[in-house]
Amino acid sequence: MKRLCLQNKNSELFTLTYGALVTQLCKDYENDEEVNKQLDKMGYNIGVRLIEDFLARSSIGRCQDFRETADVIAKVAFKMYLGITPSVTNWSPAGDEFSLILENNPLVDFVELPDNHSTLVYSSLLCGVLRGALEMVQMAVDVRFAQDTLRGDSVTEIRMKFIKRIEENLPAGDE
Amino acid sequence: MADEAPFQFLHNEVLQYIYKSAENGETDNGRNIAKLENMGFRVGQGLMERLTKDTARFKDELDIMKFVCKDFWTCVFKKQIDNLRTNHQGIYVLQDNKFRLLSQLSAGKQYLEQAPKYLAFTCGLVRGALSNLGVKSIVTAEVSVMPACKFQIMIQKM
Repeated sequence: MKRLCLQNKNSELFTLTYGALVTQLCKDYENDEEVNKQLDKMGYNIGVRLIEDFLARSSIGRCQDFRETADVIAKVAFKMYLGITPSVTNWSPAGDEFSLILENNPLVDFVELPDNHSTLVYSSLLCGVLRGALEMVQMAVDVRFAQDTLRGDSVTEIRMKFIKRIEENLPAGDE
Repeated sequence: MADEAPFQFLHNEVLQYIYKSAENGETDNGRNIAKLENMGFRVGQGLMERLTKDTARFKDELDIMKFVCKDFWTCVFKKQIDNLRTNHQGIYVLQDNKFRLLSQLSAGKQYLEQAPKYLAFTCGLVRGALSNLGVKSIVTAEVSVMPACKFQIMIQKM
């Protein structure tokens, strides 16, 4: 039997499972906004746990500034978990906002948005993951999709804005 | 390079969602299990389709089962099934001694009753995978000693 290339197939498991989840949510909720919110919330729950996995496996120390954070997210985290390296661009003059440009978004392989879901932000989970993960390292950020290939844009662009530093509270609350 | 972690975290979150969004508490367990199983079914079909795109046809049922135990399991769980048994009359038992999705659960007895939740999606995954190969089945799973579990496949004659 031919040797199968299994490396890509595992990300297909994630992609397909994510697709099944979005399908289920679209069944459960009346409108796209609700689905977006739910995906974001689930992403947040994942993010607050994923960060521990990330820190344990990447041995990245504390980032000095937001620029370093951006690089770590793009070059280490995305690479580790999704096998892609988005580019970091479009920095605001104040250095508190940047874009991640994804040529390919693995979440949307084989996906097409039906006409009646034009306001669905399919990959909303990612926004929540990033927000939740950064919150656990004391950064409050705002994350949103500025461009989405599923909605006809040529690339997928995630815009991340630094809001403020979160003071460390003891003990940390539970979700 | 693809990583195991995203799927495991997502699976966990899907589980939490299905159970939280259920209207009733205990009584809807069957319905939740079914929802998870059905999700797994669709994913299993898609995955098997991608996996076997370029492979030759299978010789027989046993050949298919071996594929599930080796290639399919490795694709999904980064390891093979540890033990395959069959009565050669359409029943197969696949044993995984260290089932990845149970690794999050503690080994204590009180968590044993939670285990079915963690197996439902995978049962569907297997059922969907087999369905894509033209095999109709019923897949159930049980945990006796964490984190080992057994998946029982009953082939349904069409």
